[in-house]
Amino acid sequence: MGEDIRYRRERIDRGIKARTDTIYFLSNFRDILYLLLPRVLPVALLLLLPFLLKGGYWEKVLFYSCIFALLALSWDFMASVGLVSLGQALFFGVGAYISGGLNHYFKMPLSLTLPIATLGGAFLCTILLVSVLRLRGVYFSMVTLILPLLFAHLIETLNILGGTHGLLSLRPFPSSWVAIYLAIFAVVFCLFGFRKLINEDFGLVLRGIRDDDRVVMAGGINIYWYKAQAIFIAGAVGCFAGALMTHYYQFVGRSAFALDYTILPLAGAVLGGPGSFAGATIGTFILVPLSEVLRALGGLRMALYGIILIAALVSLPEGLFHYITRKYHQFERDVRI
Amino acid sequence: MQDEVILKVQNLTKQFGGVVAVEDVSFELRRGEFLGVIGPNGSGKTTLINLITGFVKPTSGKVIFQGKDITGKPPYQIAGYGISRSFQMVRAFHKLPAFKNLIVPLYSPRVKRLGGGKYGERDDVAINLLDDLGFERDSFVPYKVAGSLPHGYLKRLDLARCMALRPELLILDELFSGMAMSEVAATLPMIEKFNREGITIMMVEHRLKELFRVASRVLVMNFGRKIAEGPPKEAMAKEEVQKAYLGTEVEG
Repeated sequence: MGEDIRYRRERIDRGIKARTDTIYFLSNFRDILYLLLPRVLPVALLLLLPFLLKGGYWEKVLFYSCIFALLALSWDFMASVGLVSLGQALFFGVGAYISGGLNHYFKMPLSLTLPIATLGGAFLCTILLVSVLRLRGVYFSMVTLILPLLFAHLIETLNILGGTHGLLSLRPFPSSWVAIYLAIFAVVFCLFGFRKLINEDFGLVLRGIRDDDRVVMAGGINIYWYKAQAIFIAGAVGCFAGALMTHYYQFVGRSAFALDYTILPLAGAVLGGPGSFAGATIGTFILVPLSEVLRALGGLRMALYGIILIAALVSLPEGLFHYITRKYHQFERDVRI
Repeated sequence: MQDEVILKVQNLTKQFGGVVAVEDVSFELRRGEFLGVIGPNGSGKTTLINLITGFVKPTSGKVIFQGKDITGKPPYQIAGYGISRSFQMVRAFHKLPAFKNLIVPLYSPRVKRLGGGKYGERDDVAINLLDDLGFERDSFVPYKVAGSLPHGYLKRLDLARCMALRPELLILDELFSGMAMSEVAATLPMIEKFNREGITIMMVEHRLKELFRVASRVLVMNFGRKIAEGPPKEAMAKEEVQKAYLGTEVEG
């Protein structure tokens, strides 16, 4: 009867996951590895990349990707409260101009401009959007779309903050290492921080507002206060990205309010799969380098870029990240019966 | 304390354009009472609830809860005073697990003030509440995503959400609509138990047989007006109520 050893195929995560997404049973090292690998590996790679690239053009692209990833994370955070923003450029521009302005007019060092731009910018953006928090759906989106355009025109027509020329020769980072690692750490911090926060009780309230804000109100919770807090958090991330970019380029101009800073993060989040934060990060880390590669094609670049985006959205409407997660959870192993 | 008036509605009126949804309705509710609200479809029952809970602002009239004027206050403030309401149409956080639906009211300033559910304890409180209402804690049901639950469970989830707020006044808007008979039979004793524990209940319901078993008093509405009020038998015996429910005899 010794021949009678039989095996059954079993999904790896079946033994690990118990009931919910947040409770795990870990019994051995392989299970731990199965859970840890997809989290640790990308982070380790991201931290190593600046060493591998050793400066130059592609390091700039990496920095760029981080900036857009921050904006995508900020977009995704607002979307998880049901606030669909079409104006990440507002956060980006406000952060960029505050840090640029403080440095240009008051000669403040980076150690001051970055935090002031992040917190002060977030505060300013929250104040600007608080008045329209009662708007829902597309009406809120439209206001967010208009605000950055409004700022760009104000700066141009009133000729304030450098007008059309912008503010030049701002203080750079001590070295490009500082800039790139600041950006990378910010991305990792926001990614894991947001993923944690959204599953905390605070995050559950935010997701509740997205699903049905009337039920949240019936639960005795002031939804406007929570929406304002969400905008402050998302705004801080976006403003920080803007401030980083300003000092990296040593320049800030009206282009900080350009539509690019709205559309690209949004496209990245949608490509990667909204609602998971990891999706938004992956999406931008694909789209930004891709658009750089396509630069060689000249005029055809935007056309091809658009085609790739449409093809990705049609074939993977759920987003890359959700697809990858699903496949990863379907890995099987042989279990002896 | 039994005779204390907990809710006082005075001449409440709501006009939507030319339509008068609720017209000059007044009534009182004493602490610990069980009031049934009945009436044909479109008679203004849900609007009355929306007016009391702040989801709709009244055109005129007053709502006084525990001696405090709450007319026109925002819904979350009124909920914070201790009025909890269920929704006629199923409303839930469909993407969250069932028990996580209760975290929202448990996280509210009211429950925090009452000292319930510290961080990390809220999940237990939520599961206990659901267990009482037939979501067995050892089954998969409380942990499933709310959107995948059947209608009857979602209705009870809504009731659990109301109870999580630790209300003093519980307003139920057609809780039993769409529920199976067995579910109604299981839920009714729970509602009676909440009432015995001192929670005042105002229940809008079309299932009159079940309602009359638990309600000590009913308020009958038709075309936005209160047409009768009193113990179920007396109220139903009124001619106007008979007309509203059964129609009038054709003359000649």
